Amino acid sequence: MEETVEYVQATGLLSSVWLLVAIPLASAAVLLLLGRRADKWGHWLGVLAVGSAFVLGLSYFISLAGMENKSVELSLWDFIAVGRFQVDFGLLFDPLSGVFVLLITGVGSLIHLYAVGYMSHDEGRRKFFAYFNLFVAAMLLLVLGNNYVMLYFGWEGVGLASYLLISFWYTKPSAATAGKKAFLMNRVGDAGLAIGIFIMFATLGTTQYVDVFNGVSGLAAGTILVLGLLLLLGAAGKSGQFPLQAWLPDAMEGPTPVSALIHAATMVTAGVYLIARSNPIFSANHTLQTVVVSVGALTLLMGCIIGAAKDDIKRVLAWSTVSQIGYMFLGVGLGGAAYALAIVHLLAHGFFKANMFLGAGSVMHGMKDQVDIRRFGGLSKYMKITWLTFMMGWLAIIGMFPFSGFFSKEPIIVAAFEREGWTAWLFGMAALLGAGLTAFYMTRLFILTFHGPKRWTEDIEHPHESPAIMTIPLILLAIGSVGAGFLLSTSVPDWLEATGGLGAQEEPHEAVLSHGVLTALSLLLTVAGAGLAYLLFRNGTAKQEQPAGVVVTAARRNLYSDTVNEAIFEKPGIFLTRALVYLDNRGIDGAVNGLAAAVGGGSGRLRRLQTGFVRSYATSMLTGALLVVAAFLAIQLGWLA
Amino acid sequence: MAGVNNFPFLSILTLGPLVGAAVVACIPKAKGNLAKIVALAVSLVMLVLSVFMWVAFQVGGDAQRFQFRESYPWIPGLGVNFTFAADGIALVMLMLIAVLVPLVILASWHDAEQSRRSVPVYFALLLSLEACMFGVFAAADVFLFYVFFEVMLVPMYFIIGSYGTAKRQYAAVKFFLYSLVGGLFMLAAVIGLWVVGGKTFDWVALTQIDIQTGTERWLFLGFFIAFAIKAPFFPFHTWLPDAGGAAPAGAAALLVGVLDKVGTFGILRYCLPLFPEASQWFAPWAIALALIGIIYAALLAVGQNDLKRLVSYTSIAHFGFIGIGIFAFTTQAGTGAVLYMLNHGLATGLLFLVVGMFVARRGSALVSDFGGAGKLVPVLAGVLFFAGLASLALPGTAPFVSEFLVLIGVFTVNKTVAVIATLGIILAAAYVLWMVQRTTQGTLNPALADIEPMRKDITLREKVVVAPLIALLIVLGFYPKPVTDVINPAVEATMQQDMGKQDPAPTGGGVTEASR
Repeated sequence: MEETVEYVQATGLLSSVWLLVAIPLASAAVLLLLGRRADKWGHWLGVLAVGSAFVLGLSYFISLAGMENKSVELSLWDFIAVGRFQVDFGLLFDPLSGVFVLLITGVGSLIHLYAVGYMSHDEGRRKFFAYFNLFVAAMLLLVLGNNYVMLYFGWEGVGLASYLLISFWYTKPSAATAGKKAFLMNRVGDAGLAIGIFIMFATLGTTQYVDVFNGVSGLAAGTILVLGLLLLLGAAGKSGQFPLQAWLPDAMEGPTPVSALIHAATMVTAGVYLIARSNPIFSANHTLQTVVVSVGALTLLMGCIIGAAKDDIKRVLAWSTVSQIGYMFLGVGLGGAAYALAIVHLLAHGFFKANMFLGAGSVMHGMKDQVDIRRFGGLSKYMKITWLTFMMGWLAIIGMFPFSGFFSKEPIIVAAFEREGWTAWLFGMAALLGAGLTAFYMTRLFILTFHGPKRWTEDIEHPHESPAIMTIPLILLAIGSVGAGFLLSTSVPDWLEATGGLGAQEEPHEAVLSHGVLTALSLLLTVAGAGLAYLLFRNGTAKQEQPAGVVVTAARRNLYSDTVNEAIFEKPGIFLTRALVYLDNRGIDGAVNGLAAAVGGGSGRLRRLQTGFVRSYATSMLTGALLVVAAFLAIQLGWLA
Repeated sequence: MAGVNNFPFLSILTLGPLVGAAVVACIPKAKGNLAKIVALAVSLVMLVLSVFMWVAFQVGGDAQRFQFRESYPWIPGLGVNFTFAADGIALVMLMLIAVLVPLVILASWHDAEQSRRSVPVYFALLLSLEACMFGVFAAADVFLFYVFFEVMLVPMYFIIGSYGTAKRQYAAVKFFLYSLVGGLFMLAAVIGLWVVGGKTFDWVALTQIDIQTGTERWLFLGFFIAFAIKAPFFPFHTWLPDAGGAAPAGAAALLVGVLDKVGTFGILRYCLPLFPEASQWFAPWAIALALIGIIYAALLAVGQNDLKRLVSYTSIAHFGFIGIGIFAFTTQAGTGAVLYMLNHGLATGLLFLVVGMFVARRGSALVSDFGGAGKLVPVLAGVLFFAGLASLALPGTAPFVSEFLVLIGVFTVNKTVAVIATLGIILAAAYVLWMVQRTTQGTLNPALADIEPMRKDITLREKVVVAPLIALLIVLGFYPKPVTDVINPAVEATMQQDMGKQDPAPTGGGVTEASR
């Protein structure tokens, strides 16, 4: 089944593919360096940069379509060249990176345009667009790199942009903390990705995609498993999947266009990209695929359950993103033809989720930045465009026929049922259950926001619709939410077949339930979930949080993931830090000063400054010795391994 | 190029600042500005000269390992010579000195005025420090190296002791004593080496001799202890936070950015080539110390409430990376370690200098005395953040390349060490971001807004100081090849010729060097 991955050298138009990264990067640099001088027109430069990247991307995409070998490489310069370790600053434009380029720059352009209006009252708008362009550049590098080091380069780059934009309103302590949390949790994943890259170099002597993919079949099964798990850790960090999901909802502290572009449509799907790109690695180990599927299934249910209990419009959407990416992980974990299905869902999700986030931003814009859905209600009469466009997004995400989610999610559910044995039931039912839950909480969100009685705060008299610069992107994205799914699901799988490795497909197993039954079941569950939510919330809800049972309370607290992180990492970490600071000042330093005083006898200056307890010196020296011995043993073990 | 290659770059670089220091020291106390301008001019001349030297250095093909060699007899009876020569490793460090010193002088423009001491003397001390630093990296005679290694302490001692903050006396004495103790060990080893080496101090001659295993290990230890204190490695590190915290910011940038690198440079230049067997025998212990340093110092950095001490602790963690890189004995890790020495000098230099700008405004280095400063000084806060990013080795900044090289090189020989060290990158994010958050983000500390200098964002002079460092960090982050091409041959010579170590081949049998 092995087929060789082959990339050809870029020529003609495609040899300028580096412009995709360079243009937004240059724009970001200009906006940052010019400072206030660019305040008046900076946002337009930002829009122009992403818009022209879209036009370029589209023309590359079209020229790729006419080519025999659709994987085009471009090596710009030697990035790192030390001994056997040779890394190009190289790009790869192939069907997979092509669709990502279009998503990033296409949806990106619309969100940039929207942000011109959304951020018009913010004095930091120029800086905002600088960071936004920086993000686009890094994200494009991430999907365009032709080796894992380039991917890592873009990977940490988008992490930086994400941090900058989450903590954009840095004077708000919660925003600053959320940004830091996102960066730190991402770095945990990044460390995994980095070690994965080390393994590639140690075993295969390369980090170039083409060489890794062609060499991976020669590796031991255990090596592939460890390598894949490390990549998965990186993917989970970036994509807000279990166990690294807790940062994503907090990321909603950033301005809403950021949530739409980075934390819904593009960056958080980078994990899916990583796994799809690395498909020769993941397809090579069955256990590995099962782990990916399990992470996806678990996370998609977690996202649904928590999303159903939240009252902050952006957080509900954030948890729905976590959940939808769970579907994508499920898809890429299933392997074979499901890789393409996951990418289709990713693209469709990019449209409808960006649509809903921008819609939420439009609601907040008209409601004095209120985010609590208990204080909305009846807005359909006041914001007609926002209401109608949001409705398209809502119908799309719950997978209603014939909106885009139906065409993109349904096949993943079917594919889950095509697994071998009992796991087909386990993962298939999880995906099916998720569809019903999604319909429930998204309908709850939709009804409580736009319908039912008004529950507004006293200071709001007449909510206004947003200006055209914000509604036009909404309308365009809504059109995408309606039509994208059908179009994508009929074209993208064939298109992606030319991507290195993705073409090699095994024959799927027979599904344990027939396709027709599954479609009927998922539509039935969707209608049931939506209907239940309508019955429960058509008359509005209480304006304050009500006491609730165990399950709802747990869901409100994000299923205690923050509590667990705090108990396992944060508190012991803080304790350890404090203890070490004490030890270092009193112990190690004291020991040396004490020794100096004892030896020197007359060095009174030093003696005055230290505490003078022999016992504490002894303890600290013992601790130090133990540390050294422990580290030494670890190293010896490392050499034996 | 042969003519240029014979130009006595190294002796001019060493003597030039010394002459400059003498001139500046003679300038009357009242004419402080003249002293500053002369000092800056001298350091700029050295920078220009170093750039010429960089260009003249031959790379690739049959280029010699050591270039610009000069030798003048000093104490013929003992075989001591003034021998200077530079390989790629030394060249990079010399360049770092040449770049940093003018920037530090410019950054320290008003530092000495706050103390009651003489302004010209401060700048004379900085220039004499530059001379010693050039000398210690350019020396190719073991005794000459030792002399510079010790003499270097003197200007730094006076800079900390006379121009530092409140705890300066304690810090200066501690710095001096620690280094002196290390120096004594080294002196013993130098004499021992002279005896077993046939009464010569010439580095090339000494690499050729065979030393009895037991003797070799003792001699190694003598050098290693001195270097481990200088670098510093855990548990010899406690002098650095005190010295770094008490020194004026500019001097601290030189102390941590350059002076400490003498330790890691010394290990690479003296321990490994002179005592290859002992180096391998002690490698697990050295790596253990370095590895503890990475995690331990990073945790301590998280817990610091003094900006300058915090930066000092981050440096100890970074020296740990350099340490494991050196003792992994592979070309990637070794080249990464040397590149790390350069990049850390640039990044931590920038970090210390920008911290100094904050401290000069606030009159305090305590993190808790800041809070929300980004509102008042947005550009300065941006520079602090950038320096932090470079310190946590974000791709796009130079330190990423070196850290990645070190880790990937170490991973090929010892997975456990590399994996534990990789955890350090998470801690690095923690100490940088928490520091940034506590100083520049969040609600504005009301006390801060009342302080007049805090309302003045970055000045033109400060922009001139930080801009070259930022530019270098970014350029080398995207295109490090000009530097790695200089370092790599020297590291390969050290690892393969001197140590007899070859890089391990890929274990998966996949792509080999030949097939690329």
